[in-house]
Amino acid sequence: MAVELIQLESYLEGFTEFAKETAAETPSWLRELRETAFVRFCAVGFPTSRDEDWRFTNVAPFTRTQFAPARSSSQEISVSDLDMWRMEDAAARLVFVNGNFAPKLSTWNALPEGITATGLRKQIALHPQSVAKHLGRYLNIERDPFCALNTAFAEDGAYVHVRRGVVAQRPIHLLFIATTAETPTMTHPRNLIVVEEEGQVSITEDYVSLGKETPTLSNAATELIVRGNATVEHILIEREHFKTYNLSTLRIEQARSANVASHSFLLGGALVRNNVHPVLAGEGGECLISGLFIGSARQHLDNYMLVEHASPHCASRQFYNGILDDRAHGVFHGRIVVHKDAQKTDAKQTNRNLLLNDNAQIDTKPQLEIYADDVRCTHGATIGQIEESALFYLRSRGIDELQARNLLLQAFAGECVDRIKPGAAHSYAEAAVTQRLALLARPMSVETANPGEDQERSWREIG
Amino acid sequence: MDLLEIRNLHAEVGGNEILKGIDLTVHPGEVHSIMGPNGSGKSTLAQVLARRESYQVTAGEILFDGKDLLSMKPEEAACEGMFMAFQYPIEIPGIGNAHFLRSALNAMRKYRGLDELDAIDFLPLFREKLKLLDMDERFMNRSLNEGFSGGEKKRNEILQMAILEPKLAILDETDSGLDIDALRIVAQGVNAMRSPNRAMIVVTHYQRLLNYIIPDFVHVLVDGRIVRSGGAELALELEEKGYGWIETEARQTAPASA
Repeated sequence: MAVELIQLESYLEGFTEFAKETAAETPSWLRELRETAFVRFCAVGFPTSRDEDWRFTNVAPFTRTQFAPARSSSQEISVSDLDMWRMEDAAARLVFVNGNFAPKLSTWNALPEGITATGLRKQIALHPQSVAKHLGRYLNIERDPFCALNTAFAEDGAYVHVRRGVVAQRPIHLLFIATTAETPTMTHPRNLIVVEEEGQVSITEDYVSLGKETPTLSNAATELIVRGNATVEHILIEREHFKTYNLSTLRIEQARSANVASHSFLLGGALVRNNVHPVLAGEGGECLISGLFIGSARQHLDNYMLVEHASPHCASRQFYNGILDDRAHGVFHGRIVVHKDAQKTDAKQTNRNLLLNDNAQIDTKPQLEIYADDVRCTHGATIGQIEESALFYLRSRGIDELQARNLLLQAFAGECVDRIKPGAAHSYAEAAVTQRLALLARPMSVETANPGEDQERSWREIG
Repeated sequence: MDLLEIRNLHAEVGGNEILKGIDLTVHPGEVHSIMGPNGSGKSTLAQVLARRESYQVTAGEILFDGKDLLSMKPEEAACEGMFMAFQYPIEIPGIGNAHFLRSALNAMRKYRGLDELDAIDFLPLFREKLKLLDMDERFMNRSLNEGFSGGEKKRNEILQMAILEPKLAILDETDSGLDIDALRIVAQGVNAMRSPNRAMIVVTHYQRLLNYIIPDFVHVLVDGRIVRSGGAELALELEEKGYGWIETEARQTAPASA
């Protein structure tokens, strides 16, 4: 479906104005990249549920809204406004306000020599070649109109470069703040992370909101390029306010024997779609994709993974846990593609879900496409409720129902948190999850949870 | 005062009546054993006392330390001093054993108006009790019962009891599935907990455990009723003769209408 005229006009207007405003600072290669992407976006428009990749996620609620590009307003923000998002022991915290790098709010405490962490626009101005050779080379604007839209409006975001052999002992924290205005606004943060051979780094992308809840479109894209034998831990925390439409894509390019762990935590937003797309392009690569999504009210949380095994002897692991309450809707779409030459591929995919309410819904869809003949691929999904027997066990030790439920939810969520290596980033993600769970836990009658199952269990224990 | 007084207790599970009129009085310091064949209602009685909600009491009353037990939630009963060692302890991945025990102890301390213990205050207590049950310190950080052997799970139940120090401890078939070494350790832990202020109800199918935990009273449960009560010697008689004779006897004397 093509973009409806009114939408097209609104985006065209936005794009024209954006092109005019940024004309002076934009090198020609970037202008071409944006224009190609915008043309692509106009040609395909927003996806509909007829599109297999968008079957369970209806974007209509926000495609009709007219979003104006958000204006940077970092002057209005002071460092103390950001206290609640402080990662202890981070090597650096880069702050972005509506996608724009805010150096005055950022800190570089302990960034080792050999690591560059700055704003993308600044990097383009200083060293255009370092960006030009990567930007847009990996992100697929043909497949996903939101990636096209992001590229069309690509202007600023994070630029991180880790020099060959440099090991960052402490994590880098990228804090993306969406400030809200009277009218709906949109931001398109664009990040580029390049880790050279044998480099090592942990990076947390943290999306938050500041101000009152007005509809916001937050459409982020990250290209993560991981060279041979490098090790990267990437964490995404989405916890914008509950009127946010958040789309994000993490495109990972892994070279030989590169090791990447991606951890996603979808905790906020009204409608969230998180794409993780690693391509195991070199032999012997290893990729962990772990995710946790926690939804309540009418939140819609869509996890879309496309894992491409393009070389032999690579291993990928996907572990996603979902907790859904009220009328929340979760989607797990895990697609594994094993190319013809990717022999000895070892791919595994697991999705576990807890539904806390009869009205909550999960659509889980594993998809394997295998063109090689010597591979091992497994997948599995489970859907369940909080177990009455576990709840009773905790309560019989004096722990009240609310706390018992919270402990069980924390344990379930903890599986995902604990896949992050111990350290500052782990503690930070854990705190975000604990905070989210506290909003969720509340008493519920055990009898209504699953009477059939209870009965069965009780019978076994008689006598 | 009586610690536990059960009067004419009837209970059902999923519409089936399992307990058909139980009367039992337990004083502080006493150890009672409840024995009986499979399906006689032993575990149901234990679950009712621990206030499991899927076990419905249809008649009778239970006073626990003078209070109405049947109006309490499971956590309230626990905070009042009720403890049941589970026949099949639940595995809960992701909840650390030490964290769980400290949460439980603090819930009880809070209920009783005491200050909560932080991790550092809790540690010496935990270590001391681990020693009592001959348990390795690695039990501290392992997930609650996850991947524990049968014996480890049962020891973990007694460890919980030792830390929570209940007024009344119900051991639901704590001996089943244990080898003799594990049984001795568990019994030793239980015996160390015997005190004039604490009572225990030992539910068991086999007499073996009672060689190590000597009860003051033995009650035989058949078809939801206590059909015979006596001293420790009754357990030996059951061991020798089995449950058959007592079941036959019970059937002959049971009211036809029940």
